[in-house]
Amino acid sequence: MTDKQKKDGLSRRSVLKGAAATAGAAIGSGAITGFPTIWAQNIKDVTLRQFGTGVSNLNDVAQKVKEDLGFTLEMTALDSDSVTQRAATQPDSFDIADIEYWICKKVWPTGNLQAMDVSRIKNYDKIVGIFKDGKLTPESEIAQGTAPHTVGFIPEPGATTFADEQTNWMTLIPTIYNADTLGIRPDLIGRPIESWSELLNPEFKGKASILDISSIGIMDMAMVCEAMGEIQYGDKGNMTKEEIDKTIGIFTEAKKNGQFRAFWKTFDESVNLMASGEVVIQSMWSPAITAVKSRGIDCVYQPLKEGYRSWGGGIGLSKSLSGLELDAAYEYINWYLSGWVGGYLMRQGYYSAVPETSKEFMSENEWGYWFEGKEATDVITSPTGDKLAEAGDKRDGGSFYDRMGSVACWNAVMDENQYMVRKWNEFIAA
Amino acid sequence: MANQPNVTFGALGAGRAGPGMSDAMSGWLLSAPLMLVLAFFLILPIIMIVIVSFWGATEFSIYPAFQFDNYEFLLSSPVTYQVFLATIKYAIITWVCTLLIGFTIAYFLAFHIRTQTWQIILFLLCTIPFWTSNIIRMISWIPFLGRNGLANSALVGMGIVDQPVEWLLYSDFSVILAFVHLYTLFMVVPIFNTMMRIDRSLIEAAYDNGATGLQTLTNVIIPLTKPGIMIGSIFVVTLVMGDFITVRFMSGSQKANVGRLISNDIALLQYPSACATAVVLLVTVLLVIAVLLRFVDIRKEL
Repeated sequence: MTDKQKKDGLSRRSVLKGAAATAGAAIGSGAITGFPTIWAQNIKDVTLRQFGTGVSNLNDVAQKVKEDLGFTLEMTALDSDSVTQRAATQPDSFDIADIEYWICKKVWPTGNLQAMDVSRIKNYDKIVGIFKDGKLTPESEIAQGTAPHTVGFIPEPGATTFADEQTNWMTLIPTIYNADTLGIRPDLIGRPIESWSELLNPEFKGKASILDISSIGIMDMAMVCEAMGEIQYGDKGNMTKEEIDKTIGIFTEAKKNGQFRAFWKTFDESVNLMASGEVVIQSMWSPAITAVKSRGIDCVYQPLKEGYRSWGGGIGLSKSLSGLELDAAYEYINWYLSGWVGGYLMRQGYYSAVPETSKEFMSENEWGYWFEGKEATDVITSPTGDKLAEAGDKRDGGSFYDRMGSVACWNAVMDENQYMVRKWNEFIAA
Repeated sequence: MANQPNVTFGALGAGRAGPGMSDAMSGWLLSAPLMLVLAFFLILPIIMIVIVSFWGATEFSIYPAFQFDNYEFLLSSPVTYQVFLATIKYAIITWVCTLLIGFTIAYFLAFHIRTQTWQIILFLLCTIPFWTSNIIRMISWIPFLGRNGLANSALVGMGIVDQPVEWLLYSDFSVILAFVHLYTLFMVVPIFNTMMRIDRSLIEAAYDNGATGLQTLTNVIIPLTKPGIMIGSIFVVTLVMGDFITVRFMSGSQKANVGRLISNDIALLQYPSACATAVVLLVTVLLVIAVLLRFVDIRKEL
């Protein structure tokens, strides 16, 4: 409905403006894209509707888009499950989907998204290797799970299967990613934490939490079970039914013994659980740690010896985008990769897909602290102005290459996903 | 002569399709708008749900089929029975609590407050919490009941307990507390309403005949309030059985009822399986209501 109204409004205005300016310049909407001057005026009328998880759907970004590009970006933040649901079932309700790569694996076959023309992406060459051939550095090993490059390309426009190597057609333009681990309250734990297995340590009975998003939660579970030495997985990112049974079995038992205080589903919930002291160890996302810290509460994103569980997000285009709006979307993507957003996100603890452009939007101190893992030379503040670290502090886990180089697995969708989902449901209900 | 006006009248009547119509016919016509609305917005969706419950689902889509997989999985999983039991447990405990509290409040309002002005003022006072959303009313319990929340600091501060009480939050207790808090008014309103209609002379008659206060309550007031109690019970039981968000927030996602089972399925795009669960839940709720209606004939009592 809104889409249709918007389009009608657009062409009506374009006709008026066309008549006022040069006669015959705007003959129907087809002509709009051909005339940069009219295009530049009309782009102000465009509204792109973006939805995604809370991590990157920031109002500051929408404001900056309005400033830099002139068009309106409407943001809707949802939890991962709702994002998947919306992308899969309501293709007309959005223009831009800000989703994770594992969601892409699930949603792409529905045909609700359209592939992007790599030749229109200016900074494509500077995008980190993880999203292109899967390798951070030429020597890196590719981690288990749904690694972004495996679902990042399709052989040709319209294809519903993924390509094995880089092509000119990209499913998602990578925007942000990070290496996740457990968050802890060092002040309430009082001893070093080194392994994922600590999540099920009876010492933290009633004070642990895990996230209730099956595709991510199962990977955290797998990291824990493997660290405990209970299960040896063939591939954590693609478990067999027996492995799923065993993994969930271990956690169901822990749940029945009262190990968990709560499960969380949204970013805010995880922050509140940690900040209120209900939970002292839990699966967590980096900016949630930042949010807890900015309340003046000690919280550490603890690097663990088994490595990180990593995830990556990207923006995809709705299949219904075309014409001027599609151009605006490409404009937005190029702007996204040009550095400002990257700098904003990196100062929250995420990584940008094109770190070198983000560098220009960060101070040397910030770049050193967040990316290079160096000691801060001055106070580090969040984009919203809260103090996150003092001079002399170092980022948990070190540099970009230290952190992204020790990724043990990616968030994943498995072949046995349906079975896993049912088992997960049972785990929550048990 | 006598016939003529009749004929004219009849012809006129036929022209307007008025008095000539049978009572049954006009009854049907009068109820038609509501019937159509219900058919479109209630019956049709339910039929849809029943149909989809036999469909199959893949990762990202559903496909038409006629298979019993969803029901088979549902009815063969021990978790289903646990969850249904939990749902019924929540419903019963909440029902008992809301009934006791609701009846007491309604009784106080109806029989102890003498002036109508005060009755209205106090009744409106009961509804004030409803001016905010029920999610907010529910979530505000969380910081209150938490490990370091107000309740625990008070208990520890007064020396009643040494350690913060863990079961106050993220437990069956907090779930039921929230339910009672949210739904007691649904009990108060219909009970108060029926109590107000009780003829006061009946109570005086009971008193004159030497009945004690308790006897009046059990022999006069409770029997006459039964329709109100029943309506309130239906509200509370159906609300609790269909809820999922209260259970999710107040138990910290640790407990499950049928509503959560359905919402998890929907979140994971398993619509057919969600439909099958919904059908089973619907049947259960209808059975409960049928049983409740056995106790009192609402149509007669109203």
